[in-house]
Amino acid sequence: MDTREKDIEKLKDYKYGFTTDIENIKAPKGLNKDVIKFISNIKKEPKWMLDFRLKAYERLKLLKEPNWQKPKYPKINYQDLYYYSAPKSMKDKPKSLDELDPKLLETYKKLGIPLQEQARLNGIAVDAVFDSVSVATTFKGELTKHGIIFCSMSEAIQKYPGLVKKYLGTVIPVTDHFFATLNSAVFTDGSFVYIPEGVKCPMELSTYFRINASETGQFERTLIIADKGSYVSYLEGCTAPMRDENQLHAANVELIALDDAEIKYSTVQNWYPGDENGKGGIYNFVTKRGLCKGKNSKISWTQVETGSAITWKYPSCILKGDNSIGEFYSIAITNNHQKADTGTKMIHLGKNTKSKIISKGISAGFSDMTYRGLVDINSKAKNSSNYTQCDSLLMGNKCGAHTVPYIKNKNFDSNIAHEATTSKISEEQLHYCQQRGLNPEEAVGLIVNGFCKEVLQQLPMEFAVEAQKLVGISLEGSVG
Amino acid sequence: MNEKLQLDFDKITKTLKISEKEVKLKESFLKKFIENGFPNKKQEDWKFLDISQIIKKNIGDLSFFNDYSLPNKIDSSIFVDGLEHNKIIFINGRIEKIDFSYEDQNRIEINDLIEKNVKFNTENSLIDLNNAFTNKSFKILVKKNYSLKKPLIIYHSTNDKIRSKNINLSLNFELEENSCLRLIDYFSDNAEKNFVNILYNFNLKKYSILKNYKLDKFRNNNLKYSFNNIEQDDNSISETFILSAGSDYLKNEVNCNLNGEYSSAFINGVFSLNENQQHEIRSTINHFVENTKSYQLIKSVLGKNSKSAYQGRIFVDSKAQKTDGYQLSKAILLDETSEFNAKPELEIYADDVKCSHGSASGSLNEDSIFYLMSRGLNYQQSKELLINGFLLDVVEKITDPEIRNLVKNIIGLKE
Repeated sequence: MDTREKDIEKLKDYKYGFTTDIENIKAPKGLNKDVIKFISNIKKEPKWMLDFRLKAYERLKLLKEPNWQKPKYPKINYQDLYYYSAPKSMKDKPKSLDELDPKLLETYKKLGIPLQEQARLNGIAVDAVFDSVSVATTFKGELTKHGIIFCSMSEAIQKYPGLVKKYLGTVIPVTDHFFATLNSAVFTDGSFVYIPEGVKCPMELSTYFRINASETGQFERTLIIADKGSYVSYLEGCTAPMRDENQLHAANVELIALDDAEIKYSTVQNWYPGDENGKGGIYNFVTKRGLCKGKNSKISWTQVETGSAITWKYPSCILKGDNSIGEFYSIAITNNHQKADTGTKMIHLGKNTKSKIISKGISAGFSDMTYRGLVDINSKAKNSSNYTQCDSLLMGNKCGAHTVPYIKNKNFDSNIAHEATTSKISEEQLHYCQQRGLNPEEAVGLIVNGFCKEVLQQLPMEFAVEAQKLVGISLEGSVG
Repeated sequence: MNEKLQLDFDKITKTLKISEKEVKLKESFLKKFIENGFPNKKQEDWKFLDISQIIKKNIGDLSFFNDYSLPNKIDSSIFVDGLEHNKIIFINGRIEKIDFSYEDQNRIEINDLIEKNVKFNTENSLIDLNNAFTNKSFKILVKKNYSLKKPLIIYHSTNDKIRSKNINLSLNFELEENSCLRLIDYFSDNAEKNFVNILYNFNLKKYSILKNYKLDKFRNNNLKYSFNNIEQDDNSISETFILSAGSDYLKNEVNCNLNGEYSSAFINGVFSLNENQQHEIRSTINHFVENTKSYQLIKSVLGKNSKSAYQGRIFVDSKAQKTDGYQLSKAILLDETSEFNAKPELEIYADDVKCSHGSASGSLNEDSIFYLMSRGLNYQQSKELLINGFLLDVVEKITDPEIRNLVKNIIGLKE
């Protein structure tokens, strides 16, 4: 057996499917004012934060769940969910990693996220979120030296209320769509990043999300602010245990780039996709939006979506500052009964703004994949341009691949170009690879990796290797 | 509006000599329309141009009753010169003349259509409106192995006697095995501020060929909606060309069902718009079986305050292996107030297919203008030459040489 086969053997089943037996503190089931107050109270939040949540809740009552998406799902009973779940030992937050519950540490070790700094080889600062709370943030000292703030959202609300108050909800307002507003009302934790003026963050920042408890939703909120002339690269990874029920994950991620700043946001999403019959799995309904607020700013989204029963998200860029740039690179893979409706929105408001969209969709088994995107060039966005390319690869005739781009050009100085293709792996390519000694699965792996190369290149090195493997594993059993 | 609808409807059914059953049927369509009203932008298919708003703004109150008891005078100056053709003449929505004098009368049948074929697209309230108010519907049958010698031109004309009216037309065509029809829809308007709603249903049997050219060139203040439903059997070919340039509002919808193997559909369109014009083409091509082909090319030239939209959808069923589908839309925006919207959509459930789409929009290429001006043309001439070339590309796709020349003359394109 060569190493790849071993890898596959080892990972054939969803390897993150274990649960951790930890005592939890949960908010009472259901969604109401009291639960929101409970969450706010347990996190010792100031009054303005509670007001923010209640305002969102009032708004939520008026909103209807959207239903225009392609993958339909059974109605979610929002009153039958726990909106807060935290390991008991986190109630009084540990001061250092030594005080952390060993079971938690064990969990993260299984996931391959070493929280103990001494055990780390690759200098990536990690913020780990377990169900509803952030359990540990590593490399704090090193970051503080540069004036970088990287901590959990709850901590930021306590320690840096000025920054949070100024930026929270400016990109995704409380009056946004249903799931974003739901998140605004009940969000529990997430990461907060602030990069001061002129600082290039010396290491990759990373958050690891894990849903552990059953019948809970995870509602995290991430806010990243890159001040003038700064740079940050941020990674996000996700896993969840195998359960028969569907679990909801409705996060909000807000990025703000001021003048000359650059934010690179990469996601490797590997939530539990459900079993091969489509039972269980995560509903990944996430709102991610970046605002290029300043001149010459840049926001770049890279995502590798392999998990979740249903993925429904559109990481977007609002290009408000002149000369700002938005990029979106995506690989979405669906297998078995997974469904995805994903893409991006590029909204050009400033002059000379540029955006680029590269989307690669692969569907296999009985899955269904939709690319849905919007490119909107406003009448004031002179001399702007967009380039979009979305390619789909189909494996078998039980799956579907769809492309739904919306293109709006209101500016005669601007150019929009869009291309899309749909194809399958050709017999010639397979034949060529097999002739040179690869078995059919290896051949498919090679071709698929070639198909995704443009996007994989955008990932930071450490993640690129992992993502490449993930691509191979996700398509396991779909060939032949 | 609802009371008005009911009143006008009662007036019409009283004057028409139709059976009780038919009145019932029409009433059910009216009920459906009253329920849904004119489509608005909340509906996905009407996202870019909201017809209910446009009617409100451009016309105001519509009246649905037309008095068809008296014939209108046919103004022969509207006829197309230099092309021998058969004629069907609609004036203000009333059929004034049907003339197939060039053809073998035994090979064509024209019937008053009693029973109606309305199985398709029940989500569209404008079709309900059409079904409720059309007073006379014809079916034209081209018999087996017969190709019409001359093209058929349907004149859609209005005179100054009507205003703020809703006109509904409906025609059915059946092309039997190995037959061929060239059909031109020719619009010329003297009336203002009317809403014309046209519904065509085509049934193409094996090896038949349909070529439909819709020419809306002359500037007028009417709003128009046209829906073509095309059912295609084995080895049949449909070709649709749309010139969208004359009316204030025009939406052409083409729904094409490729039900037979080796059938193919071609849709080509040109938008040439300015001053407050808002036009749209929406096409749906359904590839239901193996080895079918579709090709679409849409180009827009958009002047001041104009807006065009293209929504193209290719659906490929899981059975429809070896499908070949292609869509391309391009737009030139000439002014800062012009706007182009597109939604080219692919929905694919089969793996062995070749499907692609492309869309590009922007201003005229400065380098090309510079090149032409450096060779002695002035700015205006260079611009015209580039636009000429841009549009010629689509017109060249017309397979019928006679009609291709006619269209070139109408648009004013040079080779």
